[in-house]
Amino acid sequence: MKKGLFKNPLRRWGWLFLGPVAAAFVIGFVWPFIQGIYLSFCKFRTTSDAKLLPTIGESLFGNYQKAIADPSFIHSFWYTALFALVSLILINVLAFFVAYLLTQGIKGSNLFRTVFFMPNLIGGIVLGYIWSMIFDGILSHFGTSILMESKYGFWGLIILMCWQQIGYMMIIYIAGLQAVPEDMLEAAKIDGATKSQTLFRVIIPNVMPSITICTFLSLTNGFKLFDQNLALTGGQPFIIQEGGSVIKTTEMLALNIFNTFYGSNAASQGTAQAKAVMFFILVAGLGLIQLGYTRKREVQQ
Amino acid sequence: MKAKRILAIVLAVLMVAALAACGAKTNDSNSGTASADSGKKADATGGSVYWLNFKPEIDETLQSLAAKYKEAKGVDVKVVTAASGTYSQTLTSEMDKSNPPTLFVIGNQQGVKDWKDYAIDLKDTAIAKELNTDAYNLYDEDGKLVSIGYCYECYGIIVNPDLIEKAGHTMDEIKNFDGLKAVAEDIHARAAELGFDAFSSSDMDDSSSWRFTGHMANLEYFYEEKEAGGWTECPASLTGKYMDNFKNLYDLCINNSLTAPADLATGGHDAENEFKTGKAAFFVNGSWEYAAVSEDVPNATMIPYYCGVEGEEKAGLNCGTENCWAVNSKVSEADQQATIDFMVWLVTDPEASATMVEQLGIMPYKSAAKSSNGFLNDAAKYTADGCYVMDWATNYQPNVDEYRAALVAALNQYNADQSDDNWAAVRTAFVDGWAQQYAAING
Repeated sequence: MKKGLFKNPLRRWGWLFLGPVAAAFVIGFVWPFIQGIYLSFCKFRTTSDAKLLPTIGESLFGNYQKAIADPSFIHSFWYTALFALVSLILINVLAFFVAYLLTQGIKGSNLFRTVFFMPNLIGGIVLGYIWSMIFDGILSHFGTSILMESKYGFWGLIILMCWQQIGYMMIIYIAGLQAVPEDMLEAAKIDGATKSQTLFRVIIPNVMPSITICTFLSLTNGFKLFDQNLALTGGQPFIIQEGGSVIKTTEMLALNIFNTFYGSNAASQGTAQAKAVMFFILVAGLGLIQLGYTRKREVQQ
Repeated sequence: MKAKRILAIVLAVLMVAALAACGAKTNDSNSGTASADSGKKADATGGSVYWLNFKPEIDETLQSLAAKYKEAKGVDVKVVTAASGTYSQTLTSEMDKSNPPTLFVIGNQQGVKDWKDYAIDLKDTAIAKELNTDAYNLYDEDGKLVSIGYCYECYGIIVNPDLIEKAGHTMDEIKNFDGLKAVAEDIHARAAELGFDAFSSSDMDDSSSWRFTGHMANLEYFYEEKEAGGWTECPASLTGKYMDNFKNLYDLCINNSLTAPADLATGGHDAENEFKTGKAAFFVNGSWEYAAVSEDVPNATMIPYYCGVEGEEKAGLNCGTENCWAVNSKVSEADQQATIDFMVWLVTDPEASATMVEQLGIMPYKSAAKSSNGFLNDAAKYTADGCYVMDWATNYQPNVDEYRAALVAALNQYNADQSDDNWAAVRTAFVDGWAQQYAAING
């Protein structure tokens, strides 16, 4: 009787508590997502008068075919992949290194933690402009600019992202490092393990959950990067190809989709939508694969 | 236990109430015309006006005019200004909302192509009857009057005659490209001694590059157009015949300037200020700069783009407009009527039109106020002297943002290293890029 009284209201009124969140999730995520997929099969100027491609005599996958045939999309894909890989490695190695140092009981490490974390609080567009000024301030001494060469743009963006993200990942790693059981470290010490042995055999396997989450975050961040890219180089320099078409050498996937959407005619908005759907599948797929892979290496205590 | 049940209900009610409050709040902030709508329901004849403006520099003026109109006629006017360079994005998203703009800007043939289905035919409307010329109107291929010009402007090279004289030259020497080149190069050579330079900086960042990719490029398009006997629609390709003339003026501009060409890419030099403070004698810009410049340089005058074309002694300024009103065809008739009434008020009310003219340039309407803009008066003087007006062939640029972005990137490379190869890339972006973007839109 007592049990029933306690359970029934929950069963009866549970939807009231779940409802708002579920509704917000549907309105803010599920519905736009479904509409986005639908629009990728449409030709449209504004989303309210989209026409399905077959109804205007084109093939259903026309937008997808155009997206794949677009050389700038393919270029931005490889560029983004390279960027994500390099930034993934650099950010995580450096963040772990900094976190490791700051858990060694250095004086003032709390201050350092705060300072390292702060760049993460600045918005991407602002950061992009600030760093473009910094880079150009240096490069102008050599009579060039970050907009002049793709490699400057690439490394510039890497530096910017490291600066912004290392602090954030560092916090996660610090939490992971502090959770490594003291007795395990002590046991390693008594067994005569060297510092590097302790690090690689004891500490790192124990912070694997943090590594999972950090690599996941920095990988997807790398792929989804948009505002920093837009503000720092905006895709410059371009390669002007014969015939007048251009490849924006430092344009990443998200910016490419944005530029396709707003760049030209009504037909290209469907193409941009198709690119966006492929983009989603790519990021989601990569994220899941990576999660699955690193999960396996986590140790259970 | 009962208490628990009551508590659960109370909490649930609270949550729903909170949500409802949130919902109401979003409604309010999302649509500024919400109040106008409720007003409309009470009064069946009255509509409201929502103007999506594309020039950030006139936002303040328009807001005050909207307030004045509300005071005078009791009609709500909402003015929203798209951030610089984002007009087409803003328009695309605003058009999708339940309260779309009733009045918006279709400034060129590209815009006509994109948005003609969203614009009513303005032929024979009250506002069209107020026009004193058809020159700045835009039609679609079926002859529908899609948008009408509400002002026109001119651009060219702004000159500070006092500095020219200080350098020992006179304005009379500058009647063609050779004259301009001689004066500019002489000033640049003696810049240290004179304390000022020839051209202000021609930055290539977004806030400045349009002066070259949009305006100066016009000289190439214009002479092609002139040779072809005028364009009525965007040509599918260019010949690039006058690229050398564009190069003449462009080279002069970047090589005789306060700023070294290699430093132009990221900008930040504030050319207007360089001109105002007397650090530079030439400033490539348009009539809208008059208000800003004339206070410090009262004698400032504007000369045409001299570029080495035969017979250019008879050239005038580049006159035209991208300021063309279109009225949304997808809003209620009451709103359309209210919008047209508002437009008529703007061009006929002495005070309102005076304010508009002061900010925007000459308004081509019968009863609009006269302009006191020195540069526009220069334009009129050239025309009176029998010079040809260089119209804004630039407005035909296909897929304009992408086209110009490629041109900027190519010019950046060229600025850093003025080699023939880099100029070839500029030429490709300029000429082939046109055909490519044309195909992208129409293909």
